[in-house]
Amino acid sequence: MCLGIPGQVVEVTDEAGRLAKVDVNGVQRIISIRLLDGQPLEPGDWVLVHVGFAMARIDQHEADLTLAAVKQMGQSYYDEVEAFNSTAIV
Amino acid sequence: MKFVDEFRDPAAARALVAAIRDLADGGGDGGQVFKFMEVCGGHTHTIYRHGIEHLLPPSVELVHGPGCPVCVIPMGRVDDAMWLAEKPDTIFTSFGDMMRVPGSRGSLLEAKARGADVRFVYSPLDSLRIAIENPDKHVVFFAVGFETTAPSTAVTLVRAKDLGVTNFSVFCNHVTIVPPIKAILDSPDLRLDGFLGPGHVSTVVGNRPYRFVTEVYRKPIVVAGFEPLDILASVHMLLAQIREGRCEVENQYSRVVPEEGNPQAIALLSQVFELRPHFEWRGLGFISQSALKLNDDYAEFDAELRFDMPGIRVADPKACQCGEVLKGVIKPWECKVFGTACTPETPIGTCMVSPEGACAAYYNFGRLHRETAMMVGQRSELPVLTK
Ligand code: SF4
Repeated sequence: MCLGIPGQVVEVTDEAGRLAKVDVNGVQRIISIRLLDGQPLEPGDWVLVHVGFAMARIDQHEADLTLAAVKQMGQSYYDEVEAFNSTAIV
Repeated sequence: MKFVDEFRDPAAARALVAAIRDLADGGGDGGQVFKFMEVCGGHTHTIYRHGIEHLLPPSVELVHGPGCPVCVIPMGRVDDAMWLAEKPDTIFTSFGDMMRVPGSRGSLLEAKARGADVRFVYSPLDSLRIAIENPDKHVVFFAVGFETTAPSTAVTLVRAKDLGVTNFSVFCNHVTIVPPIKAILDSPDLRLDGFLGPGHVSTVVGNRPYRFVTEVYRKPIVVAGFEPLDILASVHMLLAQIREGRCEVENQYSRVVPEEGNPQAIALLSQVFELRPHFEWRGLGFISQSALKLNDDYAEFDAELRFDMPGIRVADPKACQCGEVLKGVIKPWECKVFGTACTPETPIGTCMVSPEGACAAYYNFGRLHRETAMMVGQRSELPVLTK
């Protein structure tokens, strides 16, 4: 459950509530960007997503590396994406 | 069977393996074995998944540490969770991994099968949404995890307060990474030569909290990423420190981990939580100041205060040697019930539940790689990299 998966910011949906829509492997969901306050996020930016939160900003290269690494985890990766798929936060 | 070829950059992996061998065996101290503990369960997973222990020379041994959040929850806390889950008019929410952890009366999944409203959530914010949508029920979130996860619980609590949600509480089991490292360093059971520091915890806390490892205990520590190459590079960095007579906190994962961590997240932690005087860890016993509870400002959301919880304490099952596994004293397969009574389908201990648990990782991948160890032995005869 410590897996962080790379997600790409689609748009900041709620500036005040610090929410953004991100794309993880083609699945788009809302996550909180509250932990990255002070780091401006633009559509197209990559973040490491963990339990519905952007934990760190990463660059494209790191996103590719991490994605390759977590995909090799096999079932854990699919479980994580499936869990992400189920999220619908306030 | 693929092996080194599974690596993103097999040439780099071979070069690192050769360089590690040179450093480990080249000190004129023939026969010395360097023992490095990987603190984080994510690393354990990578190590078994990629058979890294078989790539390393016999003079380098990786020892698994306590950094798997599911693994360290003692049985009594699971029983308390069950007690909450079985209260009437309650919706109990948990991360998926925690649902299968056995308490003394079965797991949360079994409670669910008996009719309790137990739901799996991806995020604590999902749990808050369930509370808002079910005003006639009380919703509890089973919070577990190290500093990686605790800030998300903190944000959720701040949001619950802002939104004035009154039917939501948190059963807080957040733990902190430094005290168990210290407990392991203080334990006479194990002689370690260095640490691979946790990657994602460090994105929050930064590198500073590990300085006591180098300053007080004189052991090097390298904060490591999760890719197989990251692990190899970090082992190499540890050996280089030892050979050069250095003892430092180094950051191999600087692509993601800032030196100072995440100040926002740290501020949120102190806004919502305070340290518990002591907390019980599975197999490690009570460790002082090793866990978080909600502070007075958030007391209304604290399930332990809100309900008259039994505060159950039970001894770990007799057969279970998770404590020794978590301290790195034994390897998973040395536990008497490993793979027989205790499997991922029917776990006895926590280390068999989460994919980050050493026993589950070894069960799923380790044996597979044992078969290929011979092959790796041959492949490791590779051109030596000189710096
Ligand atoms: S095999 Fe099972 S009981 Fe033994 S240490 Fe591993 S998880 Fe614990």
